[in-house]
Amino acid sequence: MASLQVSGVTVSFGGNRALDGVALTAEAGRVTGLIGPNGAGKSTLFDVASGLRRPSSGQVRLDGRDVTRARPSARARHGLARTFQRLELFGRLSVRDNLLVAAELGPERRRADRIVTEILHRLELTDLADTSPDALPTGVGRLVEVGRALAIRPKVLLLDEPAAGQDVEETERFAELLRALTDDGTAVVLVEHDMSLVMAVCDEVYVLDLGKIIAVGPPEVIRSDETVLAAYLGDA
Amino acid sequence: MDQFLTFGIVGLSTAAIYAVIGSGLVLTYTTTGVFNFAHGAAGMLSAFMYWQLTVGWGWPVPVALVVVLLVLAPGFGLLVERFVLRPVQALGEAERLVMTVALLSGLIATARWIWDPNVARPLPMFFAARKPIHLGPAVITWHQAITMAVAVAVAIGLRILLYRTRAGAEMRAAVDDRALVGLTGADPVRAGRVSWILGTQLAAIGGILIAPTVTLDAAQLSLLIVSAYTAAVFGRLRSLPLTFLGAVVVGCMESYLTGYLPQNEYLPGLRLAAPAFLLFLALLVFPHRRLRGRERRLARVPVPTARGTLVFAAVVIAFGAVLASLLGEADLITYGAIFSLGVVALSYVPLAGYAGQVSLCQLSMAGIGAVVWGHLGAHGQLWALGAAILVSAAAGALVALPALRLSGVYLALGTAAFAVILDRWIFGIPAFHVFGLRIALFDQGSVDVSGPRLFGLRLDSGRELMVFAAVCLALASIGVAALRRSRFGRRLIALRDSEAAYATLGGNLLVAKVAVFALASGIAGLGGALYGMQQRTVTADQFSLIAGLPIFLVAVVGGLGAVGNGLFAGTAFVAPTNALIAIAPGTANLVALLPGLAGVGLGHNPDGIVSRFRRQWEPLARDRIALPILLCVLALAWALRFTDVINDWTYYGGSLVIAAALRAWASARQAEPAEPEIPVEWWGLRRAWRPEDEEVLARGVAAG
Repeated sequence: MASLQVSGVTVSFGGNRALDGVALTAEAGRVTGLIGPNGAGKSTLFDVASGLRRPSSGQVRLDGRDVTRARPSARARHGLARTFQRLELFGRLSVRDNLLVAAELGPERRRADRIVTEILHRLELTDLADTSPDALPTGVGRLVEVGRALAIRPKVLLLDEPAAGQDVEETERFAELLRALTDDGTAVVLVEHDMSLVMAVCDEVYVLDLGKIIAVGPPEVIRSDETVLAAYLGDA
Repeated sequence: MDQFLTFGIVGLSTAAIYAVIGSGLVLTYTTTGVFNFAHGAAGMLSAFMYWQLTVGWGWPVPVALVVVLLVLAPGFGLLVERFVLRPVQALGEAERLVMTVALLSGLIATARWIWDPNVARPLPMFFAARKPIHLGPAVITWHQAITMAVAVAVAIGLRILLYRTRAGAEMRAAVDDRALVGLTGADPVRAGRVSWILGTQLAAIGGILIAPTVTLDAAQLSLLIVSAYTAAVFGRLRSLPLTFLGAVVVGCMESYLTGYLPQNEYLPGLRLAAPAFLLFLALLVFPHRRLRGRERRLARVPVPTARGTLVFAAVVIAFGAVLASLLGEADLITYGAIFSLGVVALSYVPLAGYAGQVSLCQLSMAGIGAVVWGHLGAHGQLWALGAAILVSAAAGALVALPALRLSGVYLALGTAAFAVILDRWIFGIPAFHVFGLRIALFDQGSVDVSGPRLFGLRLDSGRELMVFAAVCLALASIGVAALRRSRFGRRLIALRDSEAAYATLGGNLLVAKVAVFALASGIAGLGGALYGMQQRTVTADQFSLIAGLPIFLVAVVGGLGAVGNGLFAGTAFVAPTNALIAIAPGTANLVALLPGLAGVGLGHNPDGIVSRFRRQWEPLARDRIALPILLCVLALAWALRFTDVINDWTYYGGSLVIAAALRAWASARQAEPAEPEIPVEWWGLRRAWRPEDEEVLARGVAAG
């Protein structure tokens, strides 16, 4: 059974359809890529999946359970976590407390301190634990957001441009982290503009353009898909 | 039927005034993003000025109208825009809100200063001598006809201004995107200025038109504008046509309630509170907003250490004990409020400082605490204090329901409406029975409040009650500090920083908001009960919305995130004002202005005074020589004062001077010799590279 299943999701802003009948499936232990030009509707789809925006039609299922009308907090309790394209860190709390808030809300709240220590170590953030996230470079801030999402022990992880602002070395380390997460059985959905990362880690890639899925397939197929190339480079 | 028509016309006439005032409010909010809580007060001030010119000095009405509407009102609007709001335009919504609340408080104090509130000032209606107009069975006075005509003219004028003129186009563009409008060659500052001038003029028109039909009273007139707020909320603070529609609903409702509300002792207040009720309901059915994303201009919330908190609590108790040992009985009642109102102010720390929920009804919650203690604790039973806290907390949880949907200005409005409902209606109703249980509030008068019984002792003297209040403030401060360090405290801060992130991590917004409102209201209820004990008798007026605004302002000035703010706000609100009045009794009116002035002057310093004070005095607290000297000197001074060797002024003044001198000495002792500053590009060359330099550079890059 798919961990996350989005089907027929439509979202309209006034007369414009930001998402038009979008369907996406993320399986446990796999990284699912979601790519597309700016304004294609990727973050809107994440908002729908995480419950921050209600679709005008369509369904969202988590582990087979219909959560379309569930609140964001209920979806998180069912194992869905996400990061944001525009950093949403708790700026008045330290890096450690950012993770601690999440761990204390998660299913293993009694082990919250240990979980936080583990994640800080895993993401090599231990030295920055007492720093304010506002003082961190964007790339590190994104890593803190990933760590915070991991602290609720998610089954489905939605990552919105997590590698933006990271250098080559950091991106490589991040790719290793994603592989390790899928080894643990987590379903990861990755929105990313860094195509080398997408092609390196994704098992399947969805391409979204103007609110519609225009292609689905393994990275090597997507790489040479005419429709995808046209969407990115233009028809000319 | 004739009566129905008559009330309908009165309602439409009132609606016309609300529409004019409400449209001014919408105009300034949409073009500048500032919800002007002082909008009604601007109308009130205009009405007083108009009275002064026409009745006071006998000027002809047309001349007075020209002076008020074309000179004074625009001038006032420009002054407010330039010196009060433009400096905080770039800050957060809360700071802008504080500015206008400070303005409201300041304008009411100014009006009361200039125009003695104990003198009646009837203002004649326009063309009062002329015979009314008869339209079939309906009778319309000339004042009513003019009022309705003005509303129609305003509606047409605004339509032409916004859609047919360049200034209007600029204003509409500024609504959509202030930054972008600047790139197109238009001037958002000019658009803002025009809207402040127009908004103030519309408030002035409304004030002058409504003043002849009500009492010319600063607070009442400023609060009548709640009806105009309701109209504006009908238009979601954006739509002028819907604002006019809302005004018709509110005006007619008020009028028909006057005519048809059953005559009994429970309902008269409902008519007065009806607009606030409607405002509360309108806010409740407001469409769901999306969860708020990250707010980036938030003041830091210091994490108090356990040791520091205990030391602070000891200082609070010692301060209370010293005052209690030195003050006379009358002064004990006056200055006892330092600690009781300090507890009320402390309630803002978890609510507004941690969780970011701006509430203007904390003093009303204190009123609930006072009245519950007054009735249940008549014999000093301590459990009644728990009941006072619990009932206040339950009322707070009720206020939290709209808080789930609202934030910022809308939440402030909702809590203000709640305060007005309590003040104008609920507090005033006589005792009633529910399932055989007698429930009494202020019983249309005052409530006697006595002290508690503790360990078999009845605390009833001013001295005992002051120390008891100081102990309560100390314990409440310890509790709030522990909250900051707790799991719940972290969650509240996370909730404020990003609702969206908090919710997607599994945080339940409703539970957190209800809990923090209940907690803060419980603290305020405790403060109210303590205040009641010290005052011996309390009335509903002492817990009104207007009475609570200065406390809110002083708490903001102190810094909403600091646990020490309870002591600071209580002291700053009570001590200097009463001391100044004691020295120069003629300064009472000036003193009433101080909280408003402090709010305007310091509201844009989000860190607050308490944090700065702590930083400045930290060297003295750490100094192992200066601190013992200070403690010895203070003990000696107290002994000298206690034995009447020195007088009050020598004691208080001398203690302050010595403390300041020791602080300066401690700071000088601890100051390290300054290292010559080396520009960042020379780090690693002119001096050795340090491991921490990397982090400093990273922070600089992150900050852009």
